[in-house]
Amino acid sequence: MRPLLEVENLSVAFDTDEGTVGAVDAIDLDVRRGEILGLVGESGSGKSVTALAVFRLIRPPGRIAGGSIRFDGRDLLALPEEEMRRIRGAQIAMVFQSPRTALNPVLPVGRQIARLYRLHQGCSAAEARRRTLEMLGLVGIPEPERRARDYAHQLSGGMCQRVMIAMALATSPRLLLADEPTTGLDVSIAAQILDLLRDLGRRTGASIVLITHDLGVVAGLCDRVAVMHAGQLVECADVRSLFREPAHPYTRALVRSIPRVDREVTMEPVPGVVPSLLDAPPGCRYADRCPDVLDVCRTVKPARSARARDHEVACYATEAARVAAPRG
Amino acid sequence: MGLGRYVATRVLLVLPTLFGVTLITFALTYLLPGNPALVKAGPLATPEHIREMERQMGLDRPVPVQYWRYLSGVLRGDFGESATTGRPVLQDFLQRVPATLELTLASMLIAIAVGIPLGVVAAVRRDGPVDHASRLLGVGGVAMPTFWTGLLAVYLFFYHLGVAPPPLGRLSPGVMAPTALTGLYAVDALLTGNARALGSALHQLMLPSLTLGFSVMAPVTRMVRATMLEILESDYIKAAWAAGLPRRTIVYGDALRNCLIPVITLVGVVFGFLMAGNVVVEIVFAWPGIGNYAVTSLLTKDAAPIQGFVLFVAVVYVLINLTVDLVYGVVDPRIRLR
Repeated sequence: MRPLLEVENLSVAFDTDEGTVGAVDAIDLDVRRGEILGLVGESGSGKSVTALAVFRLIRPPGRIAGGSIRFDGRDLLALPEEEMRRIRGAQIAMVFQSPRTALNPVLPVGRQIARLYRLHQGCSAAEARRRTLEMLGLVGIPEPERRARDYAHQLSGGMCQRVMIAMALATSPRLLLADEPTTGLDVSIAAQILDLLRDLGRRTGASIVLITHDLGVVAGLCDRVAVMHAGQLVECADVRSLFREPAHPYTRALVRSIPRVDREVTMEPVPGVVPSLLDAPPGCRYADRCPDVLDVCRTVKPARSARARDHEVACYATEAARVAAPRG
Repeated sequence: MGLGRYVATRVLLVLPTLFGVTLITFALTYLLPGNPALVKAGPLATPEHIREMERQMGLDRPVPVQYWRYLSGVLRGDFGESATTGRPVLQDFLQRVPATLELTLASMLIAIAVGIPLGVVAAVRRDGPVDHASRLLGVGGVAMPTFWTGLLAVYLFFYHLGVAPPPLGRLSPGVMAPTALTGLYAVDALLTGNARALGSALHQLMLPSLTLGFSVMAPVTRMVRATMLEILESDYIKAAWAAGLPRRTIVYGDALRNCLIPVITLVGVVFGFLMAGNVVVEIVFAWPGIGNYAVTSLLTKDAAPIQGFVLFVAVVYVLINLTVDLVYGVVDPRIRLR
C-alpha cells in the first residue's frame, strides 16, 4: 500500500541577511499507514522545520525551496491555501513541544477543543461539547466537565499535554506529528503521555511521527526511525536494526550516547557540534565530526542506499566498508 | 480568589492613594508663590488687614490643623472659592467637566476605532503599505504638538476649505444647548432628538477631537502592532494555524483578544492623559472645559481652582487605574484567579 505521507527531496531554506540557511536539505521520508515513526536528531537538525513544512506553515523568511510532500497521494504543496487549511487539524494534526504555551491563555481549554469539532465536523454547540468531554475523558483527564472550564494556567504541565493531545486527536486525524511531546514533563508523566499517544494511535489507526532527541523513547515506542543531522537525513531503518546495527557514523555515535544502566558501557557524547547551516558547503554535513570521513564526503552529498530490507543509509564510508567486507 | 473579593481588594487599595493625593494638593498651597491672604486682601490692604485676613483664612494656625480643615472641606465637597469667578470651585467644575469629557471621549473613540485596526493590519501585513503609512502617521502624531496640529487643522479645514466651523466652543452661535441629561451635548441632543443641536455639536467637536485623536492614536497603533507581532509568533497561534482555524478567527479572535490585554492599560493611560492634557487644545478651540479653566486660573494666580484641578486629575487617574484593574480581571483569567 502507498505510504500515507511521502516526502520527496524536500528542502527548506531561510533567507537571512547573512545568507541562506539550509534548514532542511533534500530529504526523503515516508510515513506508512498506522506506524509510529521516530524522527531523531540533535537540536537544530531540522526535525521541527520538517514537521512545519508538512503543514505548509513555514513563514517568511523561511520557504520551501524544493521537493514534494504527498499526503495520501495528494500533492500538498500544490493545494490552494483554503484546501490546505481544511487538511490541517482535520487530517494532519500536531502536538507541540510546550503544551502550556501552545494553549490559548484566555480561552477555556474545553472551548479550544470544542471549536475544532464545530469547524471540522460541523457539529452543533451541544454535540461539540459532548464530544469534547468524551475526548478529555479518553486522554485521561479526571473530572472532564470541571477541567473543560479551566484555563491553561490552571492545569499542570502533564494535564496541558493531555489537553493538547485531545485537541490534536479531536477530529481523528490520519497523521499526528508530535514534536518533543514530553519536554519539560516528569519522567513518569512523560511515560504516561507516550503510552497515551501509542494507545490512541492504535485505536484510531493514525500514523504518528514522534519528533524527539531521546533515542530511549524511540526504542520503546517506534516502529521505524529516521535520523536527521544538520538538515540531512542520514539513516532510516526499522527500530530493531537501527539499534542492533547502526550504520551511519552519526547514528552509531548517537546510540553510544544513550545512558545505560544494564551494561558496563560508558556513555559517550557525540563529538563536535552541529555545524552552521549558513551557506553550508555541499557534501555530507557530518563530515567535520566524522571519524571515518573520506575526501568525497566533503564535495558530493552521499545518496541513500539500501543496506538491508527497511534499512537505508547515506554514507560513503559505510558503503565502502560493506563492499570491502568479505561476504560470509 | 473570587471576582467579588478581587474587586473589593482593588477598591480598598484606592483609599490610601487618594489620601496621599490630598496631601500633595495641600502642599501645593505652600509651593505656589505668593501669600493667598495678600491676594485676597487686595493691593491696598494694610498689614493689619492682611493679618486679619490670614486669621480669617486660618493661615495662622499650625499646618496639621490647616490640612485637617482642607481635608474635611474636600470631603464635604468644599474646594474653596475661585477668586476670578467668585463661585465655589466645585460648581465651576461641574459646569465644565462635561465639555472636557465629551472632547476626551470623542478623541478616544477616534484613536481606538482607527488605531487598533491600523495596528492589527500593520502587524499582519508587516512592511506592507499600511504598515508604512501607520509608521508615518505615528511619527507625525507623536512629533507634532497638539497646539500645532490644532492650528494647522483650523487653518486648513476652517480657513482654507471651509468645511469646519470657527473654533469657538461647543455649539455654533444661535444654537441652543440641548436639554441637559448627561452634559455631553452630542449625547443629549441625540437622546432628545434635537437634530439641530446634534449637528452643531458634532460639527464643533470635529476638529478638536481629530486633533487630540491624532496625537494619541500613534501610541495605540504602535502598541497594538508590537503586541500583535509578538503574539502572532507565539506557540498558541502556531497551534491555531496547525489546527486549521481560518485566518480571520486566528487574527481577530485568538490573537487580538490576547493583544487587547496590554492595550487596555494604554487606553486607560490615554484617557487620563486626555482629561488632563486637553489644556492646550481647549485653548486653541476656545473649548469651555476644565483645562481652559485651569489655564485661566493659573494666569490669574487663582489658587483654589488649580488645587481643585490637580486633585481632580489625580482622582481621574486613580479611578482609571481602578477601572483598568477591574477590566483586566474580566478579560485575563490569569489575573483574577491568582
